[in-house]
Amino acid sequence: MKVTVKYFASIREALGPHESIEVPEGSTVASLRALLQARSGAHAEVLAPGRALRAALDQALCDESAALREGAEVAFFPPVTGG
Amino acid sequence: MAEPRVRIQTEDFDLSAEVAALRAGDAGVGAVAVFVGTVRDRNDGQGVSRMELEHYPGMTERSIEAMIDEAHRRFDIRAARVIHRVGPLLPQDQIVYVGVSSAHRGEAFQACEFLMDYLKTQAPFWKKETTPEGARWVDARVSDDEALKRWGIEARNVVQTR
Repeated sequence: MKVTVKYFASIREALGPHESIEVPEGSTVASLRALLQARSGAHAEVLAPGRALRAALDQALCDESAALREGAEVAFFPPVTGG
Repeated sequence: MAEPRVRIQTEDFDLSAEVAALRAGDAGVGAVAVFVGTVRDRNDGQGVSRMELEHYPGMTERSIEAMIDEAHRRFDIRAARVIHRVGPLLPQDQIVYVGVSSAHRGEAFQACEFLMDYLKTQAPFWKKETTPEGARWVDARVSDDEALKRWGIEARNVVQTR
């Protein structure tokens, strides 16, 4: 199934604003992150397991255990700093 | 219900007009609490000459709408509004407005602080500031996570449990 991935702030600067990726049925945000890490050296660096990243699924903050569905919009970004 | 509760905009806002709109037509209002966040000219020991604010269109509005719903559940308030600016900003510029009206002051004060604490760690905004050494993304603060914890909510912004 196909999902859209969006990036913001420092992650966007490294990887661009968005991309699409085909993921297997049963994928989660965590398994998507692992798949994306294999796409390029830049992906591997900014999405590395040790990096403090937050994730959103369909525009709501989520845990990395969240399950994906066809057409999902997933976002990865650094800790937020508004206000 | 013409007026939106949440506005994300590049333009500045007029505080007195916003407060007037917040309580217009509601004679049950006895208190208005307002918070305005502004751009400082220093951060983490360095001078800041400008700032750029990025957000996640769609999610930002939805997340703040949900925060206002939660404020209505927790506090006996009449109305709440949030304005957050994005794009380029300069020191002394207004960044964010939170306005809350209620019958008595206690609930307005509390709901206003609750909304700001919530927004700081849960709304998708990112600040990039320009210093003499170049542009840098602003680091999130542990103290902001702790501020939200006072309301019984785990922020998990800087302090992640994984």
